[in-house]
Amino acid sequence: MKREEVFERLNEIFRNNFDDEGITLSEETSAKDIEDWDSLEQINLVVAIQGAFHVKFNIDEVNAMSNVGEMVDLILRKADA
Amino acid sequence: MKELEYPFDASYLMTHRRQLKKTLTAQSAAFTDKRIAILGGSTTAAIGWMVELFLLNQQIRPKFYESEYNRYYEEGAFPNQKLKEFKPDIIYIHTTNRNISRYPQISDSAETVDRMLKEEFEKLKQVWENLQSTYRCPVIQNNFELPFYRLLGNKDASDLHGAVNFLTRLNIKLYEYAQTHENFYICDINYISADYGLKEWSDPFYWYMYKYAVNVDAIPFLAFNVSNIIKSVFGKNKKGFVLDLDNTLWGGVIGDEGTENIKIGSEEASGQVYWEFQRYLKAHKQLGIVLNINSKNNKENALAGLNHPDSQLRPEDFVEIKANWEPKDRNFEEIAGNLNLLPDSLVFVDDNPAERHIIEAQPWGVSVPDMGEPHHYIQNIDRNGYFEATTISSDDQKRSQMYQRNAERANFQSGFGDYGEYLKSLEMRAAIKPFESVYMARIAQLTNKTNQFNLTTKRYSQAEIEAIAQDPSFITLYGRLEDRFGDNGVVSVVIGRIVGMECHMDLWLMSCRVLKRGLECAMMDEVVRQCRERGLRKIYGYYLPTGKNSMVREFYKQQGFQMETEEPGGSVWAYDLSDSWETKNKYIQVEGM
Repeated sequence: MKREEVFERLNEIFRNNFDDEGITLSEETSAKDIEDWDSLEQINLVVAIQGAFHVKFNIDEVNAMSNVGEMVDLILRKADA
Repeated sequence: MKELEYPFDASYLMTHRRQLKKTLTAQSAAFTDKRIAILGGSTTAAIGWMVELFLLNQQIRPKFYESEYNRYYEEGAFPNQKLKEFKPDIIYIHTTNRNISRYPQISDSAETVDRMLKEEFEKLKQVWENLQSTYRCPVIQNNFELPFYRLLGNKDASDLHGAVNFLTRLNIKLYEYAQTHENFYICDINYISADYGLKEWSDPFYWYMYKYAVNVDAIPFLAFNVSNIIKSVFGKNKKGFVLDLDNTLWGGVIGDEGTENIKIGSEEASGQVYWEFQRYLKAHKQLGIVLNINSKNNKENALAGLNHPDSQLRPEDFVEIKANWEPKDRNFEEIAGNLNLLPDSLVFVDDNPAERHIIEAQPWGVSVPDMGEPHHYIQNIDRNGYFEATTISSDDQKRSQMYQRNAERANFQSGFGDYGEYLKSLEMRAAIKPFESVYMARIAQLTNKTNQFNLTTKRYSQAEIEAIAQDPSFITLYGRLEDRFGDNGVVSVVIGRIVGMECHMDLWLMSCRVLKRGLECAMMDEVVRQCRERGLRKIYGYYLPTGKNSMVREFYKQQGFQMETEEPGGSVWAYDLSDSWETKNKYIQVEGM
């Protein structure tokens, strides 16, 4: 899977979840950039990503993610493993 | 909305909840507003989101109160100003086995284990009792799901020290409480988690990450069950089935293959599948669910199939049998009309997707489950919770019979030239009395599910009904009607609120199964009599239109009231009690009068 492809699908997940077509993710996007992105939304996103990419994260991995770029790194690492 | 019916796509609901909510709230449907408090022993946010979607789909628009994280005990058992101000209509206590304070140790004696069990139970009981006495509303309580590991392996189930054993015993105590207390409902997460898969349901990832005691992916399934209890309490259950025959109740096409060749009965696998499905449907009659047929067949063949020696369902199990070549939507409409039910209170069951589509395409909002393979018919209907049984009244069990008698009455009526002659011949007897304790559940049920003959469509919980019954500033009356064909049970409810010298009719409803029998006249006579006895001067009647109750727009006019005001939001009618009252009831003998 290519990095751009992961970005594209992530973008769709975010847009659906926040019902906001205006969201465009970048490497640096983080919780502080999206108004409704709090810890309760975080779990929704994690669950949606796990389902969409058929991957499972562990607790440390989720805790270590600080922006979308790191999220993409993790998805790529898991999906290719 | 199809997305919110079983089998739903749980992760789709979670990721699209905002869009779904928008779509649902944009509907022009007449929503009932309800205030729902969730008291949690773990994170409950996503539970509220999902319950909201499922309830909106039932035309219930919820407002939520959520306890602080894991504060169900403190907020439930003790005075709580915020909850009091919220005025909940229903309270859901979301506890799980994560909230058990202590599990037995192997060294504990049987008495110690008993005591621990009692402590866990008493803690919850304290919450329920405080909630019900303070807020006077129904309470939904989770039972306990099984633990995700077993220290004693299989012995965990049978040994007093096993967590499996401990939780099982605790659950039984919850059930005993539920059996002896009204307005208290168990949400069976023990079943729901097993159905989902306990291992996935209890995945500790969600607990350690976000303090969710339930896998977030499984939350829509939990929420769906909670919403089913809520919609049932508020009178939104379905009332009947409309069933196809060929390849639905039996295998094969009876008109082509002949009665002896349809698949039903114990001889071979596929016949057994239909046999079990028929037995499942027939069992619904005990809950008062009405069964009807809507089949493209000639009547002769339809009856031959139902008279097949192995058929569990017999012709007499059905109220309406429409077997003809008319379009199914037309038959469906006639069935609903003959039963005096709104089409959306019937579930359409047909193996043929094209027929299902015809019914779905109507603007009636009928539930039309996807049937899948014949061996999944039961599962696909059952998981939808159309008939979620929160109260089982003895009336329910007689309902199917009552609908059948209505059909007999209709036949009987056709033999009379004059409608009055017909009413006389019915030999009707009524009891019209203040609310009595044995009928509180039935009265609350009627206020919640009567839509057509209902002047104000005010919904009441059982607790509210009980409180009003004891309050001397209200006139309450129920009407129960019997006739030569049998007992219709309690079918009419009236509540008048006394303010000064006036009586305001807060509620006037009647079940459509006794339409045009004159019971409303007998009820009005009694209201007038009681108002005069109290020396009142005026009665005010209100008509609040809902889109379902246009049949009673002129009700007060017919009863001799004068219109005071009329606005799009409703009309107000008045009757001056100093005017002479001519007894309106002519055909019903009222008990004790």
